[in-house]
Amino acid sequence: MGTELKHTDPLSSLKEFTPARIGIGRVGNSIPLAESLQFKLSHAHARDAVYSTLEVEALTARLKTFGLPVLHLHSRATSRQKYLKRPDLGRQLGEESVAELNDYSGDHDIAIVLADGLSATAINEHAVGLLALLLPILTASKLKIAPLCLVEQGRVAIGDDIAHALKARFSLVLIGERPGLSSADSMGAYLTYGPMPGLTDESRNCISNIRPQGLTNKPAAHKIQYLILEAFKRKLSGVGLKDNAGLIGS
Amino acid sequence: MGHFSTRLQPNHPTDDPKGIAASIIEGLLYGSGDAVIGINPATDSPATVMTLLKLIDSLREQFAIPTQSCVLSHITTTLELMNAGAPVDLCFQSIAGTEKANSSFGISLALLDEAYAAALSLNRGTIGQNVMYFETGQGSELSANGHHGVDLQTCEARAYAIARKYKPLLVNSVVGFIGPEYLYDGKQIIRAALEDHFCGKLLGLPMGVDICYTNHAEADQDDMDNLLTLLGVAGCNFIMGIPGSDDVMLNYQSTSFHDALYLRKVLGLRPAPEFEQWLMKQGIVDQKGDLLPVKASHSLIKATNYMNH
Repeated sequence: MGTELKHTDPLSSLKEFTPARIGIGRVGNSIPLAESLQFKLSHAHARDAVYSTLEVEALTARLKTFGLPVLHLHSRATSRQKYLKRPDLGRQLGEESVAELNDYSGDHDIAIVLADGLSATAINEHAVGLLALLLPILTASKLKIAPLCLVEQGRVAIGDDIAHALKARFSLVLIGERPGLSSADSMGAYLTYGPMPGLTDESRNCISNIRPQGLTNKPAAHKIQYLILEAFKRKLSGVGLKDNAGLIGS
Repeated sequence: MGHFSTRLQPNHPTDDPKGIAASIIEGLLYGSGDAVIGINPATDSPATVMTLLKLIDSLREQFAIPTQSCVLSHITTTLELMNAGAPVDLCFQSIAGTEKANSSFGISLALLDEAYAAALSLNRGTIGQNVMYFETGQGSELSANGHHGVDLQTCEARAYAIARKYKPLLVNSVVGFIGPEYLYDGKQIIRAALEDHFCGKLLGLPMGVDICYTNHAEADQDDMDNLLTLLGVAGCNFIMGIPGSDDVMLNYQSTSFHDALYLRKVLGLRPAPEFEQWLMKQGIVDQKGDLLPVKASHSLIKATNYMNH
């Protein structure tokens, strides 16, 4: 009976063309047990990523090797539950963090912010590797980098508050993206020229899906560098700045 | 006997035509797609949208599939493409229940009027002239700070009033996509979906529900299984059909091709009549509507070969 009950899927040959869960077959009308368990495992990984936390000590130690001060900041969202229910609090810097930043206010070109977002896993695993490629390129372009900021319970717009407090001319926010079922460790990069509190998404450029199975560090670093240099040249970012970095051979 | 339909949703993270075709063909072989074959494009670029429109249209023509196609681009993109003669069966747009929220979607009633007239003028309907496909969902007015202190459900019902004006073929509440800051957990998503279904029925809309959740909501596939059965019993018109419930472009989970088969079987519901006839003719289902084993030599599977170029 078992052999008649389970129908394999002749489309499994087409799996190479899409990451979609095609060709999984059926048992009666239902999804086969192995696939059902696989799905639950993927969902558990995605959920874990949402509740993962920044490995602050380990990240700080690794970031210090770049020779810049490393600051540990917090948004006004005091817990993950609060963060999920109140997006506005995740966009604002906590009072103590504001005070800490004031000490480092100065003549900076770029504020670099690493925020947990919806997947601290993404930052824990990919942020330092990307910066190791990016920072030498930026300093070679004579750009002055502000202290590196690690932010807990942060959303994208918190970069505006941070860069504004540091008096930086540009902000680069590396942040964990909302995990998909097959991509729990995806990192996004948001770039803003002239950051100040109150800006919205049309003022930014975004590079998404930075992870080993997506956009890898090397092309990501090149895209970021391209956009930063263009933004400084044209004194803007966002919808007015198109990402043509793909044209320079990636 | 009642009918129960699905939107076949074959999304791909980079809009790869062959990848999308693979998901379409898989869905058809599971009896999915009688409401619409509808792709969310990863990019709103007119050239990409045109490629995808032509892809579904040629597949539909080649196999004489009695359904309609849609690429869910912004209405301004679709309007531009209709003016360039694109094969648009259904003109799509997300709508909300207040003027301010609709402005945040980049639309106005005047723009909807213009697109509706353009879609009608294509005269592609063979048995009707229902040419619009709208998506809604509680919370978009709050998200756009355009709720004027009015509750989520009332705002949502106002969106249905807009939809009704354009005699749509389909209206779809994408209930769990909005995220936990608006609908926190499975319980809230289930409640909102039933509210939406109820209001859709009251207003006489051809309403379906995207039974779905994101990975930062306190919900899982068991909640969706519950909601699927609840909506089926309540007479929902259509749901989504997505390979293995996992939308690999939009990064959320919805219902699988298998889910619709379950509901049809348990509640004695059939696909749209002309689509069911087509499924039988293709040897996909038998007279009772049960799936038949698919052979690798099926002409639909071989159809992907012509997409090599």
